[in-house]
Amino acid sequence: MSTKLIYFAWVRERIGKPEEDVELPAGIETVADLLRWLKSRGEEYENALQYPDVIRVAINQEHVGHREKIAGAREIALFPPMTGG
Amino acid sequence: MASTIVPAIRVQREDFDVAAEIAALTKGRADIGAVVTFSGLCRDEQGALTALELEHYPGMAEAEIGRIAAEAIERWPLQGLTVIHRHGKIAPGENIVLVVAASAHRQAAFEAADFLMDYLKSRAPFWKKEHRADGSEGGWVEAKEADDKAADRWKTPGR
Repeated sequence: MSTKLIYFAWVRERIGKPEEDVELPAGIETVADLLRWLKSRGEEYENALQYPDVIRVAINQEHVGHREKIAGAREIALFPPMTGG
Repeated sequence: MASTIVPAIRVQREDFDVAAEIAALTKGRADIGAVVTFSGLCRDEQGALTALELEHYPGMAEAEIGRIAAEAIERWPLQGLTVIHRHGKIAPGENIVLVVAASAHRQAAFEAADFLMDYLKSRAPFWKKEHRADGSEGGWVEAKEADDKAADRWKTPGR
């Protein structure tokens, strides 16, 4: 099953694309696993995800923590801390 | 508890009219005793900025504001609630965000509006990028720790 990843703000700029569909390899169970795997995919990902602790994540358009399981996620979004309002 | 109100939530590129939004909330009502509005505007930071570009997560922006509004309605006896957040390029002096909270008495309206703004700032998926007057590449506005602290004030045990 492929998962849609969506990026916003400087995460989007550094990765160089707004979204992509990926096939997650076996063993990627949590948000933290996903961030670690993505970071290893190339320089642009390394750049965007250099400090994984600051990256905020939403699964199916709801905020989640880094320990959240990603099984069944259709859409996972990665973004910096929000600055609306 | 009496019937639950349905908040009006809009995420839009266009400007809004504060007076018209208050009128829409209170028209034909005789039970509302207090309306608190908060408008957030774009600043130019002493002439350094020509605009802010607001990026948002379509779908989640509406959903998250809806979740925050639902929590406000659960916590305070509100009789009306409108939340509007703009996106796109916004010039200094223009509106960015509006909260209108109506209640029988002022305390609930004040507190609900305050809560909504604290939560919008730290949880609604919007990001501001600066357009600088000197033509240099503008950066992304950094989240402030003070805003997270402000949101933490409203945490109740068990949530």
